[in-house]
Amino acid sequence: MIKTDDTIVAQANGALSTDLAVEMRGVNKWYGDFHVLKEIDLQVRKGEKIVICGPSGSGKSTMIRCINRLEEHQAGRIIVDGIELTEDLKRIDEIRRDVGMVFQHFNLFPHLTILENCTLALIWVKKMPKKEAEEVAMHYLTRVRIPEQAKKYPGQLSGGQQQRVAIARSLCMSPKIMLFDEPTSALDPEMVKEVLDTMVGLANEGMTMLCVTHEMGFARQVADRVIFMDAGQIIEANEPNAFFADPRHERTKLFLSQILH
Amino acid sequence: MTDATQHSGAYVRETLAEAREAPGRFFGPIAWMRQHLFGSVIDTLLTFLGVAIIAWLAWQVIDFAFLRAVWTGENGEVCRKEGAGACWPYVEAYWKQFVYGRYPIEERWRPTLVFALFAATLVPLAIPSVPYKRLNVFLFLVAFPVVSFFLLTGGVFGLVEVETTVWGGLLVTLIVALTGIVCSLPFGILLALGRRSKLPIIRILCIVFIEFWRGVPLITVLFMASNMLPLFMPAGMEVDKLLRALIGVALFTGAYLAETIRGGLQAIPKGQYEGAMALGLGYWQMMGLIVMPQALKMVIPGIVNSFISLFKDTTLVLIVSLFDLLGMIQASLADPIWISPVTGKTGYFVAAVTFWVFCFGMSRYSQWMERRLATGHKR
Ligand SMILES: Nc1ncnc2c1ncn2[C@@H]1O[C@H](COP(=O)(O)OP(=O)(O)O)[C@@H](O)[C@H]1O
Ligand SMILES: [Mg+2]
Repeated sequence: MIKTDDTIVAQANGALSTDLAVEMRGVNKWYGDFHVLKEIDLQVRKGEKIVICGPSGSGKSTMIRCINRLEEHQAGRIIVDGIELTEDLKRIDEIRRDVGMVFQHFNLFPHLTILENCTLALIWVKKMPKKEAEEVAMHYLTRVRIPEQAKKYPGQLSGGQQQRVAIARSLCMSPKIMLFDEPTSALDPEMVKEVLDTMVGLANEGMTMLCVTHEMGFARQVADRVIFMDAGQIIEANEPNAFFADPRHERTKLFLSQILH
Repeated sequence: MTDATQHSGAYVRETLAEAREAPGRFFGPIAWMRQHLFGSVIDTLLTFLGVAIIAWLAWQVIDFAFLRAVWTGENGEVCRKEGAGACWPYVEAYWKQFVYGRYPIEERWRPTLVFALFAATLVPLAIPSVPYKRLNVFLFLVAFPVVSFFLLTGGVFGLVEVETTVWGGLLVTLIVALTGIVCSLPFGILLALGRRSKLPIIRILCIVFIEFWRGVPLITVLFMASNMLPLFMPAGMEVDKLLRALIGVALFTGAYLAETIRGGLQAIPKGQYEGAMALGLGYWQMMGLIVMPQALKMVIPGIVNSFISLFKDTTLVLIVSLFDLLGMIQASLADPIWISPVTGKTGYFVAAVTFWVFCFGMSRYSQWMERRLATGHKR
């Protein structure tokens, strides 16, 4: 594995560093007998933007889903914002409150309006009064530039709009870390840009982001590090210019040659 | 223009085509009929045949219930004449029994008040635009049952005690149906969740429970509740017969509903759970706010189906000698004063119409609700 200066510095700080948003050490996971994540070591500094790419089935989704415990890891340690993920349900709740996630298929709640989608967790998880929650929601809906859709249902919006709502919904909880799992893969080409623009805006504000995506333009523009995964392992990690200009590992070269034409 | 497209590869449109009206779409009732009823010779024949059958059936009913009907009389004599239709004086003499059963006459204002309270709390609940839904739900699910219980049984506040054995008619039908519906739904939801639980003990308990109740006919359940339950009870302890029937019906329907609801749960994509979990919702919040509302909405037709069947199955309480509407009607047929060839037909006609009105009402309301709850098109 090739480490940049950043990673080396981050690792030197060790587990106790308050500078780290996410810390994965020797993480392993199996689905039955299938070893899906192998010895994952990853340190993400606060404010850092990471793009994760790799062939389908390489374990990218599984890895980032371990960070908010949508998947359980079986060996190794994961520390998110200073809280170690264990069986302790309280801690899982705490971490989920700090970590927002945006999915490939949006996962909006179709029976609730856009506004209700955004206020739901504020009201029920953060116990915020409804009025205040609606103000927060409108603030973020304005930020993703769809305040006028607040009273509609997700089924009435285009894919790009739905994904922006999903981003706003996560932002309402004021997360410290945002996870994106192929947020533009299910979108029609003309809608990719509006979602990426929203993500770039978020990145510029200093949000800690882990994005699984194959939008290499986005990676070049905002990523501090690009990570390439294959067969459940981190094969290569580097800052974007070096990563694209000078991939070292054979598999990375092959993968890049396939997606960059 | 066409030449250009045919003969060379390059083509640029010069004028944009305007949207035109779709061909062959005519509006108005005549056009509709021509299209749907008289589209071809066979269509036309079938239309006439269908209309003829409907007209014949409608005529039979109208003829029996109105044209040949006997409207006044002191006893069955008037209905015994040749060619008589419905015997309405008999219904007039008996309708209070159909509604209240053998509830003491001077106390009948109590069930009447209960009916009124029922309507007063249910109607605003059923109309979405009426405000104060929370209060309304409380009134309907907590206040109304408690008040009704004391009103009907009495023995407190100076009310004469009325044994459940004399309750009857529509009163019993509605009590059994309503309690069954209100209790079986939450029970079915819990069973459905339990059957999908990760905890093996809970899952197995729910499976055994559901399969037991689904495997036993309701008649058997009622028989067991009335004849076998006392054998297991400590001597001297008596559980009211009506209460036993209520519990039996609620558990029985609950088991069916559990499976219907489980079907709905299975149709909810995994992404909905993940979206909820990622936002930090706990299990009960996730189920109560995200999963159940969608699952229930999807299985409204199945749920209402169960409720309608429950409503009609209330007639089975007759076999444990509780007299519901049908039971009262049947009992009244033995009255020698009103015996005639048409008394039975009239009684059963009244029973059929009453049951149909309630069941059809439930069905229509649920269909309307389904349309109202539809939110945008699915992708
Ligand atoms: N719930 C599961 N059970 C068994 N295997 C799974 C499950 N989820 C994912 N996998 C497998 O794990 C591997 C990694 O999946 P995933 O993390 O989704 O890959 P990626 O997101 O990189 O395409 C794939 O081979 C996939 O088939
Ligand atoms: Mg994936």
